[in-house]
Amino acid sequence: MTILANILVVFFIVAGVLFIVVSAIGLLRLPDLYTRAHAASKSATLGVMCILLGVFFHFWLNEDHFKPTILLGVLFLFITGPVGGHIMSRSSYIAGVKPWAGTVRDDLKPEIERMKKEQNIK
Amino acid sequence: MTYFLWAAVIIIVLSIVALVYRLVKGPFPSDRVVALDAIGVALICLVGLFSMLIDTSFFLDIILLLAILSFIGTIAFSKFIEKGDIITRDNSR
Repeated sequence: MTILANILVVFFIVAGVLFIVVSAIGLLRLPDLYTRAHAASKSATLGVMCILLGVFFHFWLNEDHFKPTILLGVLFLFITGPVGGHIMSRSSYIAGVKPWAGTVRDDLKPEIERMKKEQNIK
Repeated sequence: MTYFLWAAVIIIVLSIVALVYRLVKGPFPSDRVVALDAIGVALICLVGLFSMLIDTSFFLDIILLLAILSFIGTIAFSKFIEKGDIITRDNSR
């Protein structure tokens, strides 16, 4: 039973560390604010969720401490991580940070122009 | 198991070093805020791994505290970058 629990814990922690490393490489190498926010929000959130699930299973199966605080933290990170990345990239677009030159499609630009036109009419 | 956990801690610390490079170098303030958010997430991972290493469950409450502080910091910085102040009183949007 201990070997099965250790296999589960090691699997979750290896997956989480891989996702954290991928998000760090993405933040280091990607050319643009928006691609960097994409890398930081999604893959870092998935990595921390995997690591916290590994910690939860370790304390539950090996040490017999059932700690629902960790599950609450996983739920909170799952909700707030992508929301934080989204609101950060939206506010920086409104503040005027230009996208990368290789960007193919920009869906927010006509929406921002329509909002500016409506505010001028009012 | 102990060597495995120390290896995971060392890899996460190296990724925090990469994030600190982006925090220092980033050309816009938004880059720095994104890097700070990712550093908070990596710190949460470090707290979990250290509580497994030391075999206590007292550190696990810090996870929720760090998550809430990191999210509120990101929201406050994004409001500041968008409008120039954090608490606004107009109800137009």
